[in-house]
Amino acid sequence: MQTALQFGPILIHLDLLLRGLAKSIQLAALSILFGTAIGILGAIGRSFGPRFLSWPIACYVELIRNTPLLIQLYFVFFSLPLFGFKLSSNTAAVVALSIHLGAYATEILRAGIESIPEGQIEAAKSLGLGRYRIIRHVILVPAARAVYPSLSAQFILQIMGTSIVGAIAAEELTAVANNLVMQTFRSFEVYIIIAVIYFVLVQAASLLFAGIGKLMFRWKQ
Amino acid sequence: MSLRDFGPNELMFLLLATRWTILLALIAFAGGGLIGLVVAAIRVAPARPLRWLAAGYIQFFMGTPILIQLFMAYYGSSFLGYRPDPWVAAAVTFSLNGGAFFGEIFRGAIEAIPKGQWEAATALGFRFIRTLRLVIIPQAVRLMLPPTVGFMVQIVKTTSIASLIGLTELARAATQVNTVTFQPVMVFGTVSLIYFALCWLRSMPAISNVVSPPERYAR
Repeated sequence: MQTALQFGPILIHLDLLLRGLAKSIQLAALSILFGTAIGILGAIGRSFGPRFLSWPIACYVELIRNTPLLIQLYFVFFSLPLFGFKLSSNTAAVVALSIHLGAYATEILRAGIESIPEGQIEAAKSLGLGRYRIIRHVILVPAARAVYPSLSAQFILQIMGTSIVGAIAAEELTAVANNLVMQTFRSFEVYIIIAVIYFVLVQAASLLFAGIGKLMFRWKQ
Repeated sequence: MSLRDFGPNELMFLLLATRWTILLALIAFAGGGLIGLVVAAIRVAPARPLRWLAAGYIQFFMGTPILIQLFMAYYGSSFLGYRPDPWVAAAVTFSLNGGAFFGEIFRGAIEAIPKGQWEAATALGFRFIRTLRLVIIPQAVRLMLPPTVGFMVQIVKTTSIASLIGLTELARAATQVNTVTFQPVMVFGTVSLIYFALCWLRSMPAISNVVSPPERYAR
């Protein structure tokens, strides 16, 4: 019986792995984009909106944060077609991932908004700033800066979360890995390689988010 | 057209499968908590090589998706010559993964305790383990509690991943029921509520515990 690790039979499929990686990055990027947009709108609605808006947002956040991503994924993938939305696996994955991240981003940004001291808002009012400018410059931007570390940590979790969308037959890195296992029967080696790829991806993403944070919030402090 | 409708039997099936979700979560709490304690102790220990080892462990488990870790444990066991068992693989993976996260939580709490406490213990002749056990950890527990409970909720949700290596817990039971009834809204709605209830229950003691013991150790 051959027990040595053999990476050769897998590495000849490097093109497949890279294509899977590209798909994973695409899923993560799209869902981070949409999820953050949901989060910004959600946090604004939750903090400044009328009650009939803030209450459903609170329910959405609690519901998503207390159920597994996998179940949300299944729900979107299997339920939406019944309501007439025929989605491909990858679209369903982006939808579910965005809804998922949206809830966390809403909560994180809301915490940031609440961390802004009352005095700062009063100071802005006494300087004669209007409501829109106060919300934007005095509350939202400093709030975003305050919670940016937690937000980027959530983005990292989101990148790793894309690994489970193979469960609804979306074609990202983990799904490619599962296919390679069936082709090569070298399951352990495949997942070692995949783990290394994800690890590098996550480290690269951390650096990227740190860089973006420095660029975006460089003017003060 | 479906083989059968979502009725009391299907609901019962889901509720019975919830047992395995709870059991798996409990294993992960226990295993992860224990490993986390050791990892946190090593991370603040004086021996530098050990600290690096623990840091590497945490880096790996926090820097790769848990699904991949699960697959590695599942298929790795067959590579090592054991018969792959989803329960063993899931228990090992969730414990090791939880250990990394708990380790970071505990370390954060331990490092938040003022250095003077360590110095005072040293002055009293306490060695590392005794200082940690009798002086540092009793004070750090209060700080650990809220993030620990938060991570417990995370664990309950993460156990759903075990369905992907064929462990029949709640998420897998859900896909099975969905396959025969094809009423996804009903099935996954119910399952969401079950998970919600589990996570909600978990978050309850957190509130009472965190609020009640103020300044107990400060005297």
